[in-house]
Amino acid sequence: MALSRDAVLARLFELIQPFNAKAIPLAEGTRFADDLEFDSLTVMDLVANMEDEWDINVPLNMLPDLETVGQVADAIVKLKAGA
Amino acid sequence: MTDLLSKFDSIRAEYAFLKGTGLSDPFGVVMEQVLSPTRAIIGGRETILVGTYNYMGMTFDPDVIAAGKAAMDSFGAGSTGSRVLNGTFATHIGVEQALKDFYGTASAIVFSTGYQANLGMVSTLAGKDDVILLDADSHASIYDGCKLGTAEVVRFRHNDIADLEKRLKRVPEGKGKLVILEGVYSMLGDVAPLRELVAVAKAADAMVMVDEAHAMGFFGPNGRGVYEEQGLEDQVDFVVGTFSKSVGTVGGFAVSNHPHFEILRLVCNPYRFTASLPPVVAASAEASIRRLMGATAKRERLWAASRALHASLQGAGFRMATDRPESAIIAVLMPSQEACVRMWSALLDEGIYCNLSRPPATPKGIYLLRCSLSSEHSLADVAEITRRFVAARARVTAEAA
Repeated sequence: MALSRDAVLARLFELIQPFNAKAIPLAEGTRFADDLEFDSLTVMDLVANMEDEWDINVPLNMLPDLETVGQVADAIVKLKAGA
Repeated sequence: MTDLLSKFDSIRAEYAFLKGTGLSDPFGVVMEQVLSPTRAIIGGRETILVGTYNYMGMTFDPDVIAAGKAAMDSFGAGSTGSRVLNGTFATHIGVEQALKDFYGTASAIVFSTGYQANLGMVSTLAGKDDVILLDADSHASIYDGCKLGTAEVVRFRHNDIADLEKRLKRVPEGKGKLVILEGVYSMLGDVAPLRELVAVAKAADAMVMVDEAHAMGFFGPNGRGVYEEQGLEDQVDFVVGTFSKSVGTVGGFAVSNHPHFEILRLVCNPYRFTASLPPVVAASAEASIRRLMGATAKRERLWAASRALHASLQGAGFRMATDRPESAIIAVLMPSQEACVRMWSALLDEGIYCNLSRPPATPKGIYLLRCSLSSEHSLADVAEITRRFVAARARVTAEAA
């Protein structure tokens, strides 16, 4: 079943929040490295939580292309549609 | 012009701060002289080595040194090229035969380092239509092998059987699957539940590769590793290992019973586009591997020292990374990076060399003082190491007050 992108985005904000130590306001354009200052280990933890949330595998090879929260939402919708 | 090195400014600043504290530089230790597998001169002082992975104490074994010297005399100093282009020496065949004898496998391929063995195996085995499933705490060489290759890469939570199973189920039908595991994980020194992990992998029709770098010589009836100890010899497709730890030289290898394993020599870049091991190294590795067969007394001494160090450090109030001594890596958990560096530096002043480990080499938020034991550490050494840990802690506490 296809997922609504809005629903994914809303849930994604919730999943990011526990790692958002500096309480940066989250938006579609928020960048993981530049705005949230996530290091590679934080990204790994977040990805694992996303995988469990949507029952998908997010290949590591995909990560370098995912800079913003919005891009991750797109990727999840696509992965879910392909599964 | 963009300064390409500016991306490392924050790490450079952190390092400069560390050096400015007057503490010893954890990345600048020089062994001026190595006296034995357990002693070296560092900063002019005799120091107990508890961080060298010299598990079986083979670096000064007389047979190993004699074999190296003989090979140097008869084959020269270096191989000067790739096995594929510039020729194989008899010493390469010799060390590969020793590996086949040690592991009881049909094939063995030697690489120039353990890092390159993983780089080559991982990047070559799994192609663009395949999926690699790797443990989150895998060694950097495994991650780098993934980057070099073209397979899709999925990681599962460390040693988590259900998590691997879940991820295997999500892989689309018809894809080739390679599950990559390690027998002993080198940061915390914990042993993998390989029996369960391999069962899950096999149920999903995946091929399995296990890195036994930190287990060779002292796990399993023949010292082949954790996979042998857990009875998985007919289940594991590829075993990767190294000469730089228990074997006491340098080099890496992979062994397998797969009937077409040898084809990797012609298609694996980290094998064919690099210089092969120099004859002195190949010959001393061969001698060492043959000495490791049936090295029961060494094994027993290594396990006794590892268990004793775990018990005595725990008894002295240190927080250990594993509840029990699971391997020859005995790691102490430190509350912060600063505490870890201060304690490491005080230990060096006391004449103890262990490893300071921090993220990303360790899992997030974990700072370790990592000890690796050797069969040549006596129980008296263990008592002395513990005494100096306690003294270093007292000194750090006094400095803070």
